[in-house]
Amino acid sequence: MSLLEELLAATPVLTDGAWGTQLQARGLTPGECPDQWNLTRPAEVEEVARAYVEAGSRVILSNTFGSNRITLAGHGLAGKAVELNRAGAAISRRAAGDRAKVFASIGPSGKMLVSGETTEDELRAAFAEQARALAEGGADALVVETMSDLAEAKIALEAAKSTGLPVVACMVFDTGRNKDRTMMGTTPEQAASELAAYGADVIGANCGVGVESYIAICRRLKAATDRPVWIKANAGLPELVGGKTVWKMTPEAFAGFVPQLIQAGASFIGGCCGTSPEFIRAVAGVIGR
Amino acid sequence: MPELWKLHDAILNGDAKTAVAVTTEALAENVSPLELVQKYMVPAMDLVGQRFECEEYFVPELLLAARAMKGSLALIRPLLVASGAEPVGRVAIGTVKGDLHDIGKNLVSAMLEGGGFDVIDLGADVAPEKFVNAVKERGAKIVALSALLTVTMGSMKTTIQALKDAGVREEVKVMVGGAPVTEQFAQEIGADGYSENASSAVALARRLAAS
Repeated sequence: MSLLEELLAATPVLTDGAWGTQLQARGLTPGECPDQWNLTRPAEVEEVARAYVEAGSRVILSNTFGSNRITLAGHGLAGKAVELNRAGAAISRRAAGDRAKVFASIGPSGKMLVSGETTEDELRAAFAEQARALAEGGADALVVETMSDLAEAKIALEAAKSTGLPVVACMVFDTGRNKDRTMMGTTPEQAASELAAYGADVIGANCGVGVESYIAICRRLKAATDRPVWIKANAGLPELVGGKTVWKMTPEAFAGFVPQLIQAGASFIGGCCGTSPEFIRAVAGVIGR
Repeated sequence: MPELWKLHDAILNGDAKTAVAVTTEALAENVSPLELVQKYMVPAMDLVGQRFECEEYFVPELLLAARAMKGSLALIRPLLVASGAEPVGRVAIGTVKGDLHDIGKNLVSAMLEGGGFDVIDLGADVAPEKFVNAVKERGAKIVALSALLTVTMGSMKTTIQALKDAGVREEVKVMVGGAPVTEQFAQEIGADGYSENASSAVALARRLAAS
């Protein structure tokens, strides 16, 4: 049985929540590169991964969201790309043991193709390097996530597929009157059909403007593809209270949307910005395992 | 006589090559640079903004139009300066300290340039003192602050405080934007304006420059 068949034998599959805020709670400062902790503070990173496994995640990601050499260059760490990705995947693998699968994270480059800030060749090389290192670090699958540009998503997807691992491809739908397009204007239908054509094994949406808005997105992705759908939504939008960023949605309120996500066809469910192991525990309660 | 409507359409369609070619031809035939800007280019960018608002255009179309506009303006601006016409205003823009994300900032920067502003791009992870210096030493009249991370929104407040401490807060208008930023947040930190997207940022900067 393939990895995905094994997981999908019991759906929905519970994934994990946010990592950045968990690392901040352990001392990561704003502006510091979170991924660097894979080498400098691996114990804290493993604590976060373990907290999600304890909360009931059957799939955890990795602290490698920004570990492509283009993003790392902003922190002066481009030369560390391979090391950071290997370490990040290995940390998650250790925390997961035989209780969870590691779907290692590949985020966007942060540069735009259309304005010429980066090129397709540059992206291809950066994502290929990252995907390879994640596979070497022990990832069970790869997740191309938080993509706004379909062209960049396809390049990352191709790079991820070349490792032979199963690949999830998801985009952020947060733009337009109905918040149902990516920043670049792509609809869920376009994303689903193009990403499937490029070989994505699972198609999804993450981040965005809040879990409630992803119910309709989930339904539309599901209708547009025969692939399983992956949803990792934000806990609403943050508010600034007395200089501190606060996410007002509670774990229970977030979990309250889960039945609607399941009904809309989500096979993988987790959280993004503003969520924590408590949110995952609350979702586990709703899913019933 | 070049067909000047082609300049309008080239900008609307984000075709920088044609925009530059028609501009070059028009200037060679002594068409007034101000007429080019006012009758063809600005209306084209206004239409781009409208199409963005009604979701016919998205970021890629916006960027390409801004680049076409910028290409033409590069030819026209020296002539305008020589004739004594002032640019709409000088803006110092940057992503605030602690935040390396620059897509939104670059987009607003391109749109402001397309809108005829003289833009000083300070980059990403910009310390408050750099904004202060841009006001003091380079005469920026508008400071535009961007943030993507919720944890770096606080740097916007710090930057505004630094402008106050340096005694230049009254000399500039401060505008803010970025995914987690809201109108309410902008008011709380004492900014002069907030815009939800790159297109409305130009309209906001124009209002601020005129007030």
